[in-house]
This record gives sequence, structure tokens and C-alpha cells, in this order.
Amino acid sequence: MALIWFLLLATGLLVAVVSGNLDGFTRGALDGAAGAVTLALGLVGALALWLGLLRVAEEAGLTDAVARALRPVMQRLFPDVPPDHPAMTAMVLNVSANALGLGNAATPLGLKAMEELQTLNPRRDTATDAMVLFLVINTSSVQLVPATVVAMRAAGGAENPASIVGPTLLATAVSTLVGIAAARLLARTRLGRMPPELA
Amino acid sequence: MEWLVRALDLVSKWAIPLFLVGIPAAGLARGVRIYEAFVEGAKEGFQVAVRIIPYLVAVLAAVGAFRGAGGMELLAGWLAPVLEPLGIPASVLPMMIVRPLSGSGANGILGDLIRSEGPDSLAALMAAVMAGSTETTFYVLAVYFGAAGVTRYRHAIPAALVADAAGFAASIAVVRLVFG
Repeated sequence: MALIWFLLLATGLLVAVVSGNLDGFTRGALDGAAGAVTLALGLVGALALWLGLLRVAEEAGLTDAVARALRPVMQRLFPDVPPDHPAMTAMVLNVSANALGLGNAATPLGLKAMEELQTLNPRRDTATDAMVLFLVINTSSVQLVPATVVAMRAAGGAENPASIVGPTLLATAVSTLVGIAAARLLARTRLGRMPPELA
Repeated sequence: MEWLVRALDLVSKWAIPLFLVGIPAAGLARGVRIYEAFVEGAKEGFQVAVRIIPYLVAVLAAVGAFRGAGGMELLAGWLAPVLEPLGIPASVLPMMIVRPLSGSGANGILGDLIRSEGPDSLAALMAAVMAGSTETTFYVLAVYFGAAGVTRYRHAIPAALVADAAGFAASIAVVRLVFG
């Protein structure tokens, strides 16, 4: 991450200098930083609501029931995570919420899953295989209906705004499957090797 | 396909209201002290949001600077001659570059394509499928790893970008097949 972060900044500066657009560079950085705080604080309400409901669901035994139903799939995907671990439940719920397009419910569940995976992590600064696989499944999108895109097409006067739903499902399936394969394969290459322990 | 869209639409409309009532109802039925449990869980919300701020600032400031400097346009200019022989319209390129970095940016590009080339043009259709079938990869990674306090991502970025690239390629192929 350090390398990519620095490359974004350094090439940005290079472009800015060449095109004489230093102001744009500076404004972009400051706007981005301010926007990050707005974004994070904007999450507080939804986070509190869903984490509160999640606690109720946990104590009522609902989350265990969901996790038990999907145990066979999850165990194959995440062999390093004990099947009864709360991380499994949180991951199942996160992916389900994402599939339904409930983004504001999915994020709190996903963050919870990451915290639970962290309890299984022997090196707290370094991602585990399970974390990487879980995040690649998340970044590859598992949403069944791209509601925003359909709405934008409708607003733009498309003949059949929902016509892209089928193609999108297919493309999403391809990206998720390729992502799972890539996470698995890259874990065993130089890219996935454990970095040296920090002193 | 139409019934599937209708059914999924119904699910997304009803899911949250049903959860809001159904989960506390199930808790009551099993003797859970639902109000106390809810408040206890909700307390974590603020801490989680505050914990991810530094990670989000790092990513969004760098992306903002790169975009503000005009880096996206430059990258699109370089890649166009490589991708056009592959049947990828040049106007779709910015979408492939921006999508992993910025969700609002990707929506802006899609809106722009719909306006300028028409909602049912090949380019706008490809961009729509790309936007719908992928996520804002760097944002998701920053938020989720940030919540766990992980700073060394190992192979997460390459694997996620491979998945994005596969999604883009699939979008182009499927749109050509279905609408081409």
C-alpha cells in the first residue's frame, strides 16, 4: 500500500508540474482529506443502527442460524477460520447484505467481520489470507441489482433501463470468481509473501 | 429477466423495514433484553467510524491530488491507442481508470456518457455494466483494513485489481454479445 500511495502522490505532482496545474493538485488533496472525514462521520448513524440490530440478532441466535446454513461454502473458502467463529457469521451477513444492495447495512457488518478476523491474526499489522479473500469478494461486488445505474439510465431516457441487469450479473460473477482465484493463487507468490516483521 | 428484476426490487424495498421490526421481534420472542442489547451494539458505531478516518484521509487525499492534477485524463490518453484495436471505445476508458478509485467519479462519467452518447449507445451500456459489476476498490480496502488496523495489505491490491480487470473485460464482451 505504501508504494501505491506514494506513486499516486508522486505521479500526481509530476503531472501537475508538467501541465502547470499545481493548484489543482493541492486543491484535490485538501478536498479529498476533508471529504474523507465527512464520509466517515456520515457513516456513524448507519453504523450504530446496524451494529445495534446485529447485537440483538446475535443474542436471539439469528446470526448463528444464518451462518450454519452457509457453513459448507464458507468452510471451503476460508479454511483458516474456525467454522464457529463470529467472523464467519459477520462475513456471511456482509455478503448477503451486499447482494441485496443494502450498502449501509453491509459496511458495518463487513467492518465487524474484519475486526473478528483480526482476532485470529498473529501479526496485527499484516493482512491474513482470509482477510484478503474476504476483501477481494467485497471489492469485486456481489450486488444482484445495480440500483443506482438503473436509476441513472432511467433518468437519461433509456428505452429499457433495466436491460443491463442481466449483463451486469454475468460480469459480476466473472469478476468475483476471478478475484477468488487470484487471491488464492497470489497468496503463494512473492506478492503474497509475509513481509519481514517490524522491529 | 423482467420477473427477476421485479422480485429483486421488491426484496431491496422490503428488506430493511422487515429487519428493523423482525430482528427485535425475534429477540423478544427469545427473551433477549432487546433495548439494552441494541444500545450496547450501537455504541461501537462511533468508534469504528472514527478509527477509519486516518486511513480514509490517506487514500482520498492521494486520489484527490492525482485527479486534481489531471492524472486521470493523461492516463486515459496514453491507454487509448492500446485499447481501441481491442474494440473498446475510447470514451469508456476513463470509467475503467476511475471506477476503482472513486464511486462518485464513476457515476459522473456514466452520467456524462449517457448525456453525450445516449443511454443505449454501446459506450454508455459498457460503462453502465462496468459501474454496476465492480466496486470502489481502493475505498473498500482503505475502510475495511483501516477498521482492523492493518497497514500491510500483501496481495490484496493486485488480486482486487485483477478481479476488476476481469469484470471490465466481461462487461465489454457481454455488452458486445447482447447489444452489439
